[in-house]
Amino acid sequence: MDFVNLFVKSIFIENMIFAYFLGMCSYLAVSKTVKTAVGLGFAVIFVLSITVPINYLLDNYLLKPGAMSWLGEDYAELDLSFLSFIMFIAVIASMVQLVEMIVEKFAPALYGALGIFLPLIAVNCAILGGSLFMQQKSFASIGESAVYGFGSGVGWLLAILAIAAIREKIAYSNVPSPLRGLGITFIITGLMAIGFMSFMGIKL
Amino acid sequence: MSKPKSTKKPAIFFVAKEREPLFSKKNRGLLKDPLDDNNPITVQVLGICSALAITVQLKPAVVMTLSVIAVMAASNVIVSILRNAIPNRIRIIVQLVVVASMVILVDQVLRAYAYDVSKQLSIFIGLIITNCIVMGRLEAFALGNGVWKSFLDGVGNAAGYGFMLILVAFFRELFGSGKLYGYQVIPDSIYEMGYENNGLMLLSPMALITLGIIIWVQRARNRKLIEKN
Repeated sequence: MDFVNLFVKSIFIENMIFAYFLGMCSYLAVSKTVKTAVGLGFAVIFVLSITVPINYLLDNYLLKPGAMSWLGEDYAELDLSFLSFIMFIAVIASMVQLVEMIVEKFAPALYGALGIFLPLIAVNCAILGGSLFMQQKSFASIGESAVYGFGSGVGWLLAILAIAAIREKIAYSNVPSPLRGLGITFIITGLMAIGFMSFMGIKL
Repeated sequence: MSKPKSTKKPAIFFVAKEREPLFSKKNRGLLKDPLDDNNPITVQVLGICSALAITVQLKPAVVMTLSVIAVMAASNVIVSILRNAIPNRIRIIVQLVVVASMVILVDQVLRAYAYDVSKQLSIFIGLIITNCIVMGRLEAFALGNGVWKSFLDGVGNAAGYGFMLILVAFFRELFGSGKLYGYQVIPDSIYEMGYENNGLMLLSPMALITLGIIIWVQRARNRKLIEKN
């Protein structure tokens, strides 16, 4: 039951985009058509649900104050948490490289469509943000962190899918010219975020 | 038939470089363009992630701006020094390591000297690492330009980013809580007449809408920025 609660919470209430604005850069850049948006969304889900548990292990057995106690008494006092940024980003960068190679091998069409944005997942704030939130929330088990990572990814996919669909349609409407493109996308995202706020307080 | 001897001097004689003044017009442009015409947030669409979440009040926005200026200037300079030594294939990881070490420095300094603000910014200092604006400028500029120019570009872009950040934070704090930088600016007499703070401005969606309106105003003034579609 806890897992379901966490899952729903990470998709709707703590949505990466609508609540924390994480991953906005690629969200704005890749949301012109639904097809590429879906591709990037799944890549984000995949990377998030791998990197968050790995970083959870790193955090708990290497970085946290006292995390090294499994090495013996001498190491029990060590606090390496100041290294967490660099460790997390290293894990993420190598995972993204892996995903890139897999996509290139098995889905060349998707690889062509995503183009430059696949390497940019490494600098997608949502990915690092997922790991840093995981560290802040201090989950009890690796399962919880995996569910959290997966849920955040699904929430991100949902958001980019919705905005891509809206942007495909809005191309036909008569938006005031200075507001075209970026401006209207921001305002729509804001309205969607207000909508998502109505999920606040839901408990399963 | 013998070929007429070319009167052209070999190109090598023309390489002698003219020294550019420290603040030539081009260099000033590097500093100034990102503030308006080429603003990282509203035109290049970089670095929006962290820009919106910390704009509820002016103080964190100012601290964030200073941190980003420090990180960007330092990492632009370092990558520019290393630009001929970095192998192309692993450049992203090298850049990430450089940026991450700069961010760790900034984070530790903030924790030592401004603990409250650093708590308030929570994970967003760490997220400077993945702030697209840092990576974007490293990729687009520092890898191909000299040290001094990269420094100016870093400072200029970070300042353009900070300018938008502070602008959004100004409106949100003013209308959301009637304060600026933590000091009350809307006098009590107005509250007594029935004025109420707009609590909606404190919520995250209004950051997006405020920025959308700022973009609207900017593009209405500067029509060459208007997008075709």
